[in-house]
Amino acid sequence: MSPIAVLSVAVLFAAGAYMLLRRSMVKLVIGLVLVGHAANLLIFAAARPERGRPALVERGADAPAAPYSDPLPAALVLTAIVIGFSIVSYTIVLIRRAYEDAGSDDLKTFTSTDR
Amino acid sequence: MLITLPILIPMLAAALCTLAWGQARLQTVIASLSSLAVLVVAAILLTNVRADGIQTAALGGWAAPFGITLVADLFACVMVLVAAITGFAVTLFSIAGTDRVRAANGQPPLMLCLLAAVSGAFLSGDIFNLYVWFELMLLSSFVLLTLGGDRRQIEGAIKYVTLNLVSSVLFLASVGLIYAATGTLNMAHLAVRLDELNDPRVATLLSAPLLVAFGIKAAVFPVFFWLPASYHTPPAVVSALFAGLLTKVGVYSIARVTLLMFDQEHAVLGEAVLLVAGLTMTTGVLGAIIQNDMRRILSFHIISQIGYMLMGLGIALVVSANPGESGEFGEAGLIALAGMVFYIVHHIIAKTNLFLVSGAILHDRGTAQLDRVNGLATTHPMLATLFMISALSLAGIPIFSGFWPKLALVTGGLTAGRYVIVAVSLAVSLCTLFSMVKIWSGAFWGSPDEADTPERPAPTRRAWATMLTPIAMLAALNIALGLGAGPMYSLARETAAQLLDSGAYIDAVLGADFDESPGRVDQ
Repeated sequence: MSPIAVLSVAVLFAAGAYMLLRRSMVKLVIGLVLVGHAANLLIFAAARPERGRPALVERGADAPAAPYSDPLPAALVLTAIVIGFSIVSYTIVLIRRAYEDAGSDDLKTFTSTDR
Repeated sequence: MLITLPILIPMLAAALCTLAWGQARLQTVIASLSSLAVLVVAAILLTNVRADGIQTAALGGWAAPFGITLVADLFACVMVLVAAITGFAVTLFSIAGTDRVRAANGQPPLMLCLLAAVSGAFLSGDIFNLYVWFELMLLSSFVLLTLGGDRRQIEGAIKYVTLNLVSSVLFLASVGLIYAATGTLNMAHLAVRLDELNDPRVATLLSAPLLVAFGIKAAVFPVFFWLPASYHTPPAVVSALFAGLLTKVGVYSIARVTLLMFDQEHAVLGEAVLLVAGLTMTTGVLGAIIQNDMRRILSFHIISQIGYMLMGLGIALVVSANPGESGEFGEAGLIALAGMVFYIVHHIIAKTNLFLVSGAILHDRGTAQLDRVNGLATTHPMLATLFMISALSLAGIPIFSGFWPKLALVTGGLTAGRYVIVAVSLAVSLCTLFSMVKIWSGAFWGSPDEADTPERPAPTRRAWATMLTPIAMLAALNIALGLGAGPMYSLARETAAQLLDSGAYIDAVLGADFDESPGRVDQ
């Protein structure tokens, strides 16, 4: 992993965790988005992509010339992004409904199902 | 081919249901028929696997370890079968036990999607594919949980969604790290590669986030809060389905991953799992004792019983790491793991049934608060009997199904010399009985108090009969599993033996003559 990628993953996870722990629902969703991105970036960076070396097979060769970037993590990240997108859309609708019901953005008002 | 059907049937049926949008009756019929079909297929699959050994299917014709592999071993087959039984009972109950608006607006197809995702998670042999099934399961459960949009449902959903998404992110991140460390996603191949790496630090680093993620899904001790906050908010059909299936997928994944992939970690993981198991069963049952809402009591019991399942796994892990000087503990691991398998089967059936009973009470009285419901034994003796069967099962009273797996767990624990966890499990059992008696004396005994019954139409005779049918079916299964404990235990024992023999799983997936591919590129 390049140092920049490592730092970005760390900062995204930390910022996401901080936002998840806030009392506001909107910040909660932002936190979920951030940790989701952190995980995606982690998969991408942990697979050590090679700059300018796509996994393309030259004409006449059996395999791409090493070193090349493994294409599979990109596929994984793509899948994870699509899933993450749908989940974030759902969550935004959910907090909007919750806001309409409770008239508040404060998570402390949502305690009736805990008793 | 057969192995893909438990996933394909509910998915196609869900598509059909979507075409019949707005027609509640038709959708419910499609859902019941298709879950019955899954039940039949799962039974055939289990018979085949038991006779011929582990079966695999390479999706899209891509051979393992490159493509996505579906693997049906005994454990997966047993789980798919029980999931299908749950699905069938719940859809049957939903014919009368769900309101028209929800039934017409997506509840049946979503339940089918959930069933497909759960079967997929059990059958998947690829860890990223497992993640995808988990997400599909989560998304369908999110919508099922909030469908209808009551204030309580929305509140429960916020907690459920947040904690489960955190677990998904951890799962995804650990999948990325696992791929980076080993270059593969196929679980059998992962077991081989991790063995080759033979680096306990890597194994610890990879197993920790993965097991925390599964632990959240399984609702184990420090991370169970989403479950009692949300399971009592949706309609009874939905919470019965959740109670039967969702957490068990987490337990299944923990067992699969620890037994197959992290061989070198068994000693540490075993102790950790046992510790978590003890704390989970204790906190769960203590939570249940102080609750007043029937569904909340049952929700806390789910947590408590996840502890029993983990106890079996923990003993098996500890024993496999340290089989004693002459392997004298080996038998203990097998017995305990068989106990876990049996316990999961019994638990899913009994727990789904108790939630269905609470659903029937909700339909009759409009509430399941113990201080507001009285005298059900007088007004509904049949329901009371059926409740008692499942409740006594859950507490582990002999001749019902809960006794035998607990006996196996305790025997395994004693043979392995793990006396503390055995003592804890027995004490928790007593508390379970106590809280079942609390429901009994609260809701079933006493004289029906007319003043407390709100003005609402009681279910018709026909609707009541339809609701009681699946409850009676599951209660009968509870008795059958208790009386026929011999055959069930030998199936559980075969399953446990197969789970402990990870070499056979690897050979079945990769082929006995599998050799690391010559084209492997080390970066």
